[in-house]
Amino acid sequence: MHEAVASVPPFVALAYLVAGVLFILALRGLSSPATSRTGNRFGMAGMAIAVATTLYTHDIANLPEIIGAIAIGGVIGFITARKIAMTDMPQLVAAFHSLVGLAAVLVGAAAYLNPGAFGILDAATQQIHNASRIELGLGVAIGAITFSGSVIAFLKLNGNMSGKPILLPARHAINLGTLAAILGLIAWYFVLPAPTLTAPWLFWVVIGLSFAIGFLLIIPIGGADMPVVVSMLNSYSGWAAAAMGFTLGNSAMIITGALVGSSGAILSYIMCKAMNRSFISVIAGGFGADAGPAGAGGAVVDRPYKRGSAEDAAFLMKQADSVIIVPGYGMAVSQAQHALREMGDLLKKEGVSVKYAIHPVAGRMPGHMNVLLAEANVPYDEVFELEDINGEFGQADVAFVIGANDVTNPAAKTDKTSPIYGMPILDVANAKSVLFVKRSMGGAGYAGVDNDVFYMDNTMMLLADAKKMVEEIVKGLAH
Amino acid sequence: MDFVSILSIFVMACFVGYYVVWSVTPALHTPLMAVTNAISSVIIVGALVASAEAGSAAAKYLGLLAVVFASVNIFGGFAVTERMLAMYKKKERK
Repeated sequence: MHEAVASVPPFVALAYLVAGVLFILALRGLSSPATSRTGNRFGMAGMAIAVATTLYTHDIANLPEIIGAIAIGGVIGFITARKIAMTDMPQLVAAFHSLVGLAAVLVGAAAYLNPGAFGILDAATQQIHNASRIELGLGVAIGAITFSGSVIAFLKLNGNMSGKPILLPARHAINLGTLAAILGLIAWYFVLPAPTLTAPWLFWVVIGLSFAIGFLLIIPIGGADMPVVVSMLNSYSGWAAAAMGFTLGNSAMIITGALVGSSGAILSYIMCKAMNRSFISVIAGGFGADAGPAGAGGAVVDRPYKRGSAEDAAFLMKQADSVIIVPGYGMAVSQAQHALREMGDLLKKEGVSVKYAIHPVAGRMPGHMNVLLAEANVPYDEVFELEDINGEFGQADVAFVIGANDVTNPAAKTDKTSPIYGMPILDVANAKSVLFVKRSMGGAGYAGVDNDVFYMDNTMMLLADAKKMVEEIVKGLAH
Repeated sequence: MDFVSILSIFVMACFVGYYVVWSVTPALHTPLMAVTNAISSVIIVGALVASAEAGSAAAKYLGLLAVVFASVNIFGGFAVTERMLAMYKKKERK
């Protein structure tokens, strides 16, 4: 059978190339919301071509079973995609990553068991080619890490597992040792003259250790760093697909793997930069393990602050010329986005200019807040990224902060001892007045640091559940 | 295909990926992740090869299982991306 694979007609390679190009166009379409949907269609077409080509070029012994498998998976995927709440998108993406990882492991294992089908069998020795062994080994290792890492990320994001980092003693030594063992075993597998005869366990041990390291790598990473983790796992799932593409000599898989791999890597980089954290320190984990410096924690209680009511807030915003809304994850948790949009609409009717300012790490994954606002029908041309709007706070009458904290904390600029020092922030303090919606004065943000904005003369604290508060303000604006 | 030509495709695709992804607007980073998820399930190609070929029953069933997982991702990933993208609307101007 492998001879057939080796001598594929040129149109087959061409078809996979076309699929790969369509995937590039799918990502290209995302450069603007206007072209994005066309892009998504390109992606679907690419996938259809890739699947059809594969089915066409193989003697299929069991088409009904394959169609059944696609149908089962398709229905599960489709229903999940329809039902999922937009707030749960990070979990869904993590779950999807885990499936890509697992599929990569399964494909790798199948190739290991039936190398002839994949055309990776050396005719002379009846063993898998040495080059293919490396690709296979790396593919299953990355796939397994993606799988177990994504499962942990899913459990943490979904709240089945505490977002607090779990720190094992000597974890760095354990992790580095396991990684070294995986690479060592793959290298050994590579040079081994007859792997299936002398050490069949080798391949499976690589998979087992990789599952373990994926688990170990993610458990020490805290909830605040999840945007980076999700992006990183996105990248891994791409590299796993690329490694499998090398094994199969399939250009569609290689192009896609490289695209997804770079995409995840770039998103990780953007997230790290938005938190002023180095990638290494995120991977090392432990952020948010202790609740910040004890001194700052002690000083929180006694500082005077102004508390306002929904009526006060409604009055203040009605008088304003411009309001900038700063939503954070707390808004998503209390599902306040619809009420918020209603508030924005009422303000616009009063002639107030309303804009939204989004910090890159405002949600639990890159771009999460934008999706939530889009879901609530906030037009995307009212939503601005940090660097585009930060200069406008100085001219704004009201900054309305809802469910965000650390991303507005001036300590990131002034206090070198602060754990968030150096992180780019939204300069809400520059607005004429700040309305800060927060559940209570206790419980600082993820980083566990107090925020000086709470205690400024021009800040009014609106202490309540975000959704209830916004609904009250909407009532106040309506009459 | 020989290793070097495969490698050249890979390296070129990394560069293409780098420039294409930087051009994605930050507002669409979540759909970007969802759609990359869907397309990385092109690994279904490998799963189909495994499940289509006779020769090893174990490999066949591993392949079929991988087809199920990859299909969840393909259908789910594209559908959820479509759903998200449909939400992005411009301001209505009267």
